[in-house]
Amino acid sequence: MWVALRWDWNLDGWIITVGVLSAVAAALLGNFLVLRRMSLLGDAISHAVLPGLAAAFMITSSRNSLPMFLGAVIVGVLTAFFTEWIRSVGDVDEGASMGVVFTSLFALGLVMIVQAADHVDLDPSCVLYGAIEMTPLDKISVAGFAVPRAALSLGIVALANLAFVTLFMKELKLSSFDPALATTTGFNATLMHYLLMILVAVTAVASFESVGNILVVAMFVVPPAAAYMLTDRLTTMILISVIIAASSAVLGHIAALTVPGWFGYRSTTTAGMMAVVAGLILLFAVAFAPRHGIVVKRVRHHLLGLSILADDVVALLYRMDERGESLRLNANQLATVFLVDRFSIRAVLRWLRLRDQIERSSDGYNLTNEGRTRAQGLIRSHRLWEQYLVTLAGIDADRIHDKAESLEHFTDAELRSRLDQETNAPTVDPHGRPIPNEERS
Amino acid sequence: MSWRDLLLLQDYNTRVVVSSTALLGCAAGLVGTFTLLRKRALMGDALSHATLPGIALAFIIATATGHNGKSLTVLLFGACITGLMGVAVILVLRNSTRLKEDTALGAVLSVFFGAGMALLGVVQQMKGGHAAGLEAFIYGKTASMGFNDAMLISGVAFVCVLVCLLLFKEFKLLCFDEAFAGSRGVPIVLLDLALMALVVMVCIVGLQAVGLILMIALLVIPAAAARFWTQQLSTIVFISAGLGAAGGMTGAAMSAAFANLPSGATIVLVCSLFFLFSMVFGTNRGVLVRFLRRRRMNRSVARQHLLRAIYEVLESSGDFDQRAVSFASLLDKRSWSAKRLSRSIQSAAQDNLLDQTDGQVHLTDEGINEASRLTRQHRLWELYLITYAEIAPSKVDRDADAIEHVLEPEVVLELEALLKASHANVPPSPHALGTES
Repeated sequence: MWVALRWDWNLDGWIITVGVLSAVAAALLGNFLVLRRMSLLGDAISHAVLPGLAAAFMITSSRNSLPMFLGAVIVGVLTAFFTEWIRSVGDVDEGASMGVVFTSLFALGLVMIVQAADHVDLDPSCVLYGAIEMTPLDKISVAGFAVPRAALSLGIVALANLAFVTLFMKELKLSSFDPALATTTGFNATLMHYLLMILVAVTAVASFESVGNILVVAMFVVPPAAAYMLTDRLTTMILISVIIAASSAVLGHIAALTVPGWFGYRSTTTAGMMAVVAGLILLFAVAFAPRHGIVVKRVRHHLLGLSILADDVVALLYRMDERGESLRLNANQLATVFLVDRFSIRAVLRWLRLRDQIERSSDGYNLTNEGRTRAQGLIRSHRLWEQYLVTLAGIDADRIHDKAESLEHFTDAELRSRLDQETNAPTVDPHGRPIPNEERS
Repeated sequence: MSWRDLLLLQDYNTRVVVSSTALLGCAAGLVGTFTLLRKRALMGDALSHATLPGIALAFIIATATGHNGKSLTVLLFGACITGLMGVAVILVLRNSTRLKEDTALGAVLSVFFGAGMALLGVVQQMKGGHAAGLEAFIYGKTASMGFNDAMLISGVAFVCVLVCLLLFKEFKLLCFDEAFAGSRGVPIVLLDLALMALVVMVCIVGLQAVGLILMIALLVIPAAAARFWTQQLSTIVFISAGLGAAGGMTGAAMSAAFANLPSGATIVLVCSLFFLFSMVFGTNRGVLVRFLRRRRMNRSVARQHLLRAIYEVLESSGDFDQRAVSFASLLDKRSWSAKRLSRSIQSAAQDNLLDQTDGQVHLTDEGINEASRLTRQHRLWELYLITYAEIAPSKVDRDADAIEHVLEPEVVLELEALLKASHANVPPSPHALGTES
């Protein structure tokens, strides 16, 4: 397949450059949109700018890009403004007010365009959305180099966003997490909000008039969302989101050229594939993020369950020895005792044998010395907790077992010695069983 | 076409279009109320974008296996599948990760739409792909709606109304107190899915008939507008469905009457006008009503402050026979401007609580009764705070100031019982009465 890749640096190189610039510019600001729960603003603006374009066209009666750009940006900012206004004045939930505003503006724009279309053909889809594949064709000369116009404009936007985010990092952080505190510390959170909204509008308009709307709408949300899954620090989140945005732009273009080839077609839409690749990265982050990933959390949960089961097994063997029972339990019987499936108990028993904590005899399992030390610590925790709950928390002796049972797994030697002090170093628990001594290692 | 023809729906085509958009508006308004109350107003937005890859994929698979890719059933089936997938992903992202609702919506919307665009890019290269008319799914063609579309819409609207009526109580619980509903044994996830399935259904028939933007608008705007009129859920649902139907009908009729009005956009704009009107004039949460309510409250608070201030001045001078105080002494009493003070004095004078003669304010019989009642209320609360909440006497004035205006007679009776206060007289102030800074 790679052989089939028709690569032309003068074409594909520029497409990737434009894609990366647009993606990075959007992702930089997107972090704050995601944190402020305004992720859908990019989508709203991309629909809402229509009346701005139509008005610019009606006033100047030309399709000159500067007035169109200005008109679109103004309406984009107005979208954010109206949304905020309806939310606060009308007491309407954020999503709903956004929905009301952008659909109304889009409809208004559509009516205006149809009115204007009497004079000149103004196709909404053609006015609104450029295509990233076309960007290398529209070049202008900058300092002797022929550079696509889109690369230049998006480069400027990306730099402006970068400057904004680095210069106002502290203010943005504070006003995103705690606008009230931001206002009391002396800078204007509302001003910050509208500065951000202006840049979002500029980025959105600059992007979708050159590379299409779907790319920028995706890049406002998806890379920051993936970064949010991966870290808890804002600076790291911004860095990661930029890296994800840039790599999904690069990989997206390559995928657009290669993937359809596997099914016997030529290339497909680059912007769409960039969004898809970003989505796949998000999917990966959602599943495997080291702390918050769904799969990782499941696995961690399962491992914790197994380690608690291992605790319970050694504690049971210890108690049986203590009572002097000669009966030995095999794996199936242990599974019945602990109400777990046989697979889990086998895994736990194998793990305990690997760590030399139990050994297998002809009729079942025995604790080794190492296993006895572990069990002793657990039993000591359990009985100290029972003593503590009865003497200091005043709970009835017949209701303490379950609490002690869950606490024993999370009690280390240090906590045990403090419990020991608090309960005046008892030798027997409330049920009259001996509390084993702390094993010194 | 004359107005009479239009109003009586003489023309067959107009009749089909107007009645279907009205039905669609009604169904969307109904379902939209519940999604709005679940703070998922833009679910329709995400969903309708998520149907695109399904449409494209259904076309590709059907064509590749030698079936008719343009068959409406096939395309709708594909749209349903990816629409439901989108909903599932949104619910998973919201419920099992730290991502918030809006981020989940935005991510699903853009990624699914991106996938749809990529698939459409492939469709363009297929034989007959250009003629597939798949774009019509995105933008919709209201004016050319046929009898089949109308039947489909009526069917879906009927199902929506039926499900909403049958599950009304459950949906209500789901919207207002999910946790409580769960504790009562209501299957939350199933209900949520049922609601989302309704949204998917409405979206898909609507998309195909009227287009993406109009569909989002019909799901959001009538419901948001209805909330300004009442608190009662059954009434909200009713108004929202009514507004949706009225919007759909008026918009479609207007676009049929005037040459240059695209029907979808006109329907949205009519709905937006309904929304604006409701936002301003809504009888329950409307801006105007809330403004008037707040002004009435402010006035009554100002009146109560004035009367208590007069009482306290009278108390310090001991002049309960003449019941006259000077304007200047009142001005010193609180931090109010001379203008505001004289305005409250005037309004109180209009209600015969006091009369004023050059710089002197004189309480009438009615006025002194009211003033002593208010002062008593204020001090009872202060005493209560000092005795039972153990707040220092120097600090209670402000707290009592905030609550005295909303004390009900029953609460006052309870305070009397608690403090063993006698029924008639005003207790002395528990703190020094100075001029307020």
